[in-house]
Amino acid sequence: MSDHDHDDGSHLSEIQLRVRALETILTEKGYVDPTVLDQIVEHFETKVGPHVGAKVVARAWVDPTFRSNLLADATKAITESGRFGTIGEHLIAVENTPEQHNMVVCTLCSCYPWDVLGLPPVWYKSAPYRSRVVMDPRSVLADFGVTLPPTTGIRVWDSTAETRYLVLPQRPAGTEGWSEERLASLVTRDSMIGTGLPAQPGAQTS
Amino acid sequence: MTNETPSGTAREALDRIPAAERARTFQEPWEAQAFAITLALHQRGVFTWNEWATALGKEIKAAQARGDPDTGSTYYLHWLNAIERLVEHKGLTNAATLQRYREAWDRAADRTPHGDPIVLAPEDFAGGSTT
Repeated sequence: MSDHDHDDGSHLSEIQLRVRALETILTEKGYVDPTVLDQIVEHFETKVGPHVGAKVVARAWVDPTFRSNLLADATKAITESGRFGTIGEHLIAVENTPEQHNMVVCTLCSCYPWDVLGLPPVWYKSAPYRSRVVMDPRSVLADFGVTLPPTTGIRVWDSTAETRYLVLPQRPAGTEGWSEERLASLVTRDSMIGTGLPAQPGAQTS
Repeated sequence: MTNETPSGTAREALDRIPAAERARTFQEPWEAQAFAITLALHQRGVFTWNEWATALGKEIKAAQARGDPDTGSTYYLHWLNAIERLVEHKGLTNAATLQRYREAWDRAADRTPHGDPIVLAPEDFAGGSTT
């Protein structure tokens, strides 16, 4: 930025300068509090993530009442159970069946169910995913190494600022009698976005 | 710069990001700060989430129109553009003030020995040389 940088001084990139300027102004005006900013970052780096969604899915697999509540109103079911944190947005759970596989996208930007999955992976935010999943979901699935029977239809759900989606994948066969915790270990992030399937019980490495 | 078009597969977009980076929530501290500022302002009711999504969507579209391959790795740059615009639009600050503070931070960095924390001081605003 300046052309008189001293070699023994420090340097901030243009983008770092922009963010620091923004934060300083908003802090001085009382719009943001640096302590709160740190708490927000910590929350997203350590507290929320796909492990939360995996527990929700596992619960739905073992508890039919929770499952039907989840499909009726995911925000309410998850928040009221008191076990998975609160859901601050309107969340809809969509259930995979042998007849229908669900995939989630945000074609506008990157709306994503943060409270249950954390922040989205890079590919979710990329233009190729955002545009292609709508036009040709089956080939996107193939990119992710997933092939569905031709008899399984695919429905793509476009998220909005107000409505987010969580895919409830099908419980893998051969997991009868498994504990919730063990079942949750099979639930991958991608399986809750619809670009993947849960891990198979035999394929577990640990 | 390569001639990447937005037509690659989602997997290709993913494969361009080194594995270690993929696993992290934020690639750089500034991304986390820009993200947190936005959430904090929304929590304070400065804007609705719908307003935010519209602003971000607009920036992403504009970047694509400029030829950004939009593979997801420039996402927080769009994010920063959007929050700056929205904050200006809401009258919380203006472009001139943002620029004045950027220059002040630049001076603060210049006078801070490498490795020390950079702290903004009143002198960083005074007598700003306009080169």
